[in-house]
Amino acid sequence: MSAAQRLRDAACERILIFDGAFGTQIQNKGLVEADYRGDLDLARDQKGNNDLLAITRPDVVDEITRAYLAAGADMVSTNTFSANRISQADYAAEHLVADINRESARIARAAADDFQKQDGRPRFVAGAIGPTNKTLSLSPDVNDPGFREIDFDELKDVYRDQCAALIEGGVDFILIETIFDTLNAKAGIMAAKEAAREAGRDVPLMISMTLTDLSGRNLSGHTVEAFWHAVRHARPLTIGLNCSFGATQLRPHVQALSAIADTLILAYPNAGLPNELGAYDELPDETAAFVREWAELGLVNILGGCCGSSPAHIAAIAKAVAGISPRRVPGCPGGTRLAGLEPMTIAA
Amino acid sequence: MIVIEALNRSNENPSPVSADALPPSPARGEGQGSAFVNIGERTNVTGSAKFKKLIMAGDYAAAVEVARDQVENGAQIIDINMDEGLLDAEYAMTTFLKLIAAEPDIARVPFMIDSSKWSVIEAGLKCVSGKPIVNSISMKEGEEAFLEQARKVRDYGAAVVVMAFDEVGQADTKERKVEICTRAYDLLVADGFPAEDIIFDPNIFAIATGIDEHRRYALDFIEASREIRARCPGAHISGGLSNLSFSFRGNEPVRRAMHSVFLYHAIPAGLDMAIVNAGQLDVYDQIEPELREACEDVILDRTPRQGGDATERLIALAEKYRGTDAAAEKAAEEWRSWPVAKRLEHALVKGIDAYVVEDTEEARQTAARPIEVIEGPLMDGMNVVGDLFGSGKMFLPQVVKSARVMKKAVAHLLPFIEAEKEKNGVTAGKGKVVMATVKGDVHDIGKNIVGVVLQCNGFEVIDLGVMVPWQNILEAANENQADMIGLSGLITPSLDEMVTVASEMQRAGMTLPLLIGGATTSKVHTALRIDGAYEGPVLHVLDASRAVGVASSLVSDTQKEPLVEKTAAEYEQVRLTRANKGQNELATLAEARANAFPYDPSGKAPAPARPGIHNFGEWPLRELRSAIDWTPFFRAWELAGTYPAILDDEVVGESARNLFNDAQAMLDKIIAEHWVTPRGTVGLWRCKRDGDDILVLAGNDWTRVPMLRQQVKKREGRPNMCLADFIDPDGEDWIGGFAVGIHGLEPHLARFKEQNDDYSDILLKALADRLAEAFAETLHAHVREGMWGYAGTEHLTNQDLIREQYEGIRPAPGYPACPDHSLKPVLFEMLGGEPAGVTLTDNFAMLPTSAVSGFYFGHRDSQYFGVARIGPDQLEDYAARRGVDLEQATRWLRPNLD
Repeated sequence: MSAAQRLRDAACERILIFDGAFGTQIQNKGLVEADYRGDLDLARDQKGNNDLLAITRPDVVDEITRAYLAAGADMVSTNTFSANRISQADYAAEHLVADINRESARIARAAADDFQKQDGRPRFVAGAIGPTNKTLSLSPDVNDPGFREIDFDELKDVYRDQCAALIEGGVDFILIETIFDTLNAKAGIMAAKEAAREAGRDVPLMISMTLTDLSGRNLSGHTVEAFWHAVRHARPLTIGLNCSFGATQLRPHVQALSAIADTLILAYPNAGLPNELGAYDELPDETAAFVREWAELGLVNILGGCCGSSPAHIAAIAKAVAGISPRRVPGCPGGTRLAGLEPMTIAA
Repeated sequence: MIVIEALNRSNENPSPVSADALPPSPARGEGQGSAFVNIGERTNVTGSAKFKKLIMAGDYAAAVEVARDQVENGAQIIDINMDEGLLDAEYAMTTFLKLIAAEPDIARVPFMIDSSKWSVIEAGLKCVSGKPIVNSISMKEGEEAFLEQARKVRDYGAAVVVMAFDEVGQADTKERKVEICTRAYDLLVADGFPAEDIIFDPNIFAIATGIDEHRRYALDFIEASREIRARCPGAHISGGLSNLSFSFRGNEPVRRAMHSVFLYHAIPAGLDMAIVNAGQLDVYDQIEPELREACEDVILDRTPRQGGDATERLIALAEKYRGTDAAAEKAAEEWRSWPVAKRLEHALVKGIDAYVVEDTEEARQTAARPIEVIEGPLMDGMNVVGDLFGSGKMFLPQVVKSARVMKKAVAHLLPFIEAEKEKNGVTAGKGKVVMATVKGDVHDIGKNIVGVVLQCNGFEVIDLGVMVPWQNILEAANENQADMIGLSGLITPSLDEMVTVASEMQRAGMTLPLLIGGATTSKVHTALRIDGAYEGPVLHVLDASRAVGVASSLVSDTQKEPLVEKTAAEYEQVRLTRANKGQNELATLAEARANAFPYDPSGKAPAPARPGIHNFGEWPLRELRSAIDWTPFFRAWELAGTYPAILDDEVVGESARNLFNDAQAMLDKIIAEHWVTPRGTVGLWRCKRDGDDILVLAGNDWTRVPMLRQQVKKREGRPNMCLADFIDPDGEDWIGGFAVGIHGLEPHLARFKEQNDDYSDILLKALADRLAEAFAETLHAHVREGMWGYAGTEHLTNQDLIREQYEGIRPAPGYPACPDHSLKPVLFEMLGGEPAGVTLTDNFAMLPTSAVSGFYFGHRDSQYFGVARIGPDQLEDYAARRGVDLEQATRWLRPNLD
């Protein structure tokens, strides 16, 4: 049975648990340049290049991954948010992209398989693809709105390299996350499909949008509904929202998506809003109480945490939603669904 | 019957045609949708001469306006076509698509990428987010090529128009149209293409051409549509309407009539979208019957009632209508006739840059100095933008667009400003500012706005853009001998990056000021983290409007030192407060109570001279006027600063002075004409303490007034305070309550509303608020000195009163020391029901709105504090003491629970 089918089966039974943040967990380890760099000969400082740890300090990545599994995660993601050529170029480490992704995938795979062996409960690995810091839809130059820093094919290539290495490392799914630009996501979708085709494997997609303002749009200006219309052709295994704000502010948008998406909903909010020092101080029980409300409203199938969340948050969420029925995936409503920044449906 | 009502020329309501506006349709089953979608045709070089001319000339800014007009006129999708032999169609398509992607009021609708060349379509697909429609693919090159393109369309996440065209040619008869479309449908669906994403274009050809074979074209289209819809479930029918009337080029009234009549018949047959000039369709019912019938005859291939040939009859009739059309064209651009300031605002809010240079020039010619155009209409317009953004009515891309318009306007003015400076002998700018969004962050809107504002005010801005590593920032500052560096960031990791930049500046031995701004930045963070990393001046700049003041002071010989010192002292204070605050850990309620504020019997106020309830029907307004605390008044108008210094403030001084003068003039009238009546009620009662409750003997009954206690863990020696701590625990004591309200505003507010005088409306409300506060302060003094009498005669100045340099406090329910608003009804009940004529809403808001109420505590040691966060134990305890359930108490105390 395919991983996608096993996931769907499990998701019929209960609300599944996704992992939490890597960044804040790594930060807490107090690593220094030497940890990041290892024995690699790189031209720039590597401190802060979290993804590189898969090569230089795999034990750190492994430990965090296992902590999430131990906290109750059914699915863990790879620590590869910035493991793409564009982001790694900032560290002069773009030649390591394939290694980082493959090794990260292997770490997550091994950890998930170990846990599955122990208790027989299926565990899944999602290969995480971040948005990069370039945008296909917006001009970085206010005087020249037609300018773009990157084009579709270039970005697609960047994504495809990352996807290929993640697939090689053994991920079950590709998770395109923190999508602030819908066109970036569309390039990512095409890249992931091409990479899967090349590998001769079916690698279903998970897609997660992030909102940049409370009116419920991402940076490229799409509403949640318009976004769904724009990516539905990917036939994603899950669609959802992550990062953005805390659970309180995110709820109405999860609700909007939940009502229209004929696939599983994955939501992983931040642990509240950052305080004035940039730290997240929402306690595990507080986050858990918020997302429990979503669960009770039948809005979600899979829950996890983004910035500021820890294994304790994930454990609290798992505990809080245990026994609550998962969202029922609605049928396809029919009609032609188009989108500009706003959604448009033409009845059949 | 009104048929195509939404396709009329109203700009107001560009909604799709509603179901009941359409005639009954045999092609539509029960429960099927009914909206007809009109697709804008004007952004098409093959269809619009005007658009073609603009694109050929490379005037994309004006071409973008054509798209905007289409959407404003009700186009629900816009068709974009650049197929012109002399154009690089791929370049034109992608350029135009990227430009309109930056226009939220265009990009809100889906795009239709229209080309006969696949390469142009694919290039377009790579620029369009959302889900567009490809127009079109066909089986012209055979089934394999057709499916290949269809798969790509699907991979890009688009719907597709399939033209009724095969290896043989374009379908002209009904049979060919049906045959080709059903074959294409079967192929696509078998290949996995979603049926609902297929739209057929069975070819609308020109009729009334005089050629006999063309007579049935319209009728064949209508009949084929009906059959295709029946045989291809889920698919749609579209067509390009303008072809139909091609033989009547130049005669718009006839063309419009033909289009409307055609839609009237084709929509029920299954045509559910069409490429039309959305602004130019007539209501079927309102077409002159003679013309309508003639159109109907040619479209349905009928013999006219009068006999003869349908085409000949329409041609004859058409002459009557030629040239009746020009006037309507003008109306669309109505905003162009507005006063120039209003036009500039409109352009800024809508982000239209097509006219901004000419409008700016017009404004400059009437202004005394070019800078006044910036400080006046342009900044006003940007303020509107800021407000809309702040209230969530605009979103990020629109603001970027507005900034662009602003920049163009400023760019036009800069040479004039420079020239003026030269004339006045000032050559150098005010100073140089290096600005950057720090590494790891792409957000630069705030930074850009600050940059614009600084440039407007004579600074040279060296903008390094976004994602700038500290090396480049330091380098640019050195190279340009900058006077200051401005760092911006929106996301939280940028805070750390700013610390890095500060540390590196320190290491490099720099001394120039460092300005910090951006949404996640804060004074606290700046003080705690950044200021400590850099010995040079570090200043957090709250928003763009503050940037000019700060930057100007920093380049001023006389103002720099005071500002730097003042800021440093402020940050020191922040650090101290922060250090004192410690961790936000909670004590248990029992622990907090054990650490209560120690009661000192020697500070107890004596029994009041005049206990009981006292009403004051009308306090002299003159006295209240002299007691006004003006600082909050300016804050209400978003002018930051302390009165009276604000009147001479570098940035807001002038606005503040104008506002202050207007306020004084209105106060003169308020007093002379008795606009308002200040009423007050005071109660002074016996009380005793019961734990954290105060039992008050108001009338004959004891009323329990539960108070909340601070629960955040304190440093050694600092108590967990509760208002009850100021009441004698061992015997009888005294407490007071009061309410004041400013009555009688309504008729004046109504008058202002009628005159559309929002300014006076807000001014009066703001003044009434100040009068209420002044009354509360005055009444408190009156109580201390007379009615309760514990203070003797204080002889305090108004400044002393504002700084609360007296004994005793007047905490209000809903404020930090007594955060539960629901104590208001309890207080009001004790004061006799409607004290000072003030009533409460269900949510404990006071009416009239300019009102203050609270308790009086007379103990010498009594002081204000904030209860802040409390624990679940106190919540439960409080609920029991208040006699309400936990849920109710949770609702009341929510702000103190997290």
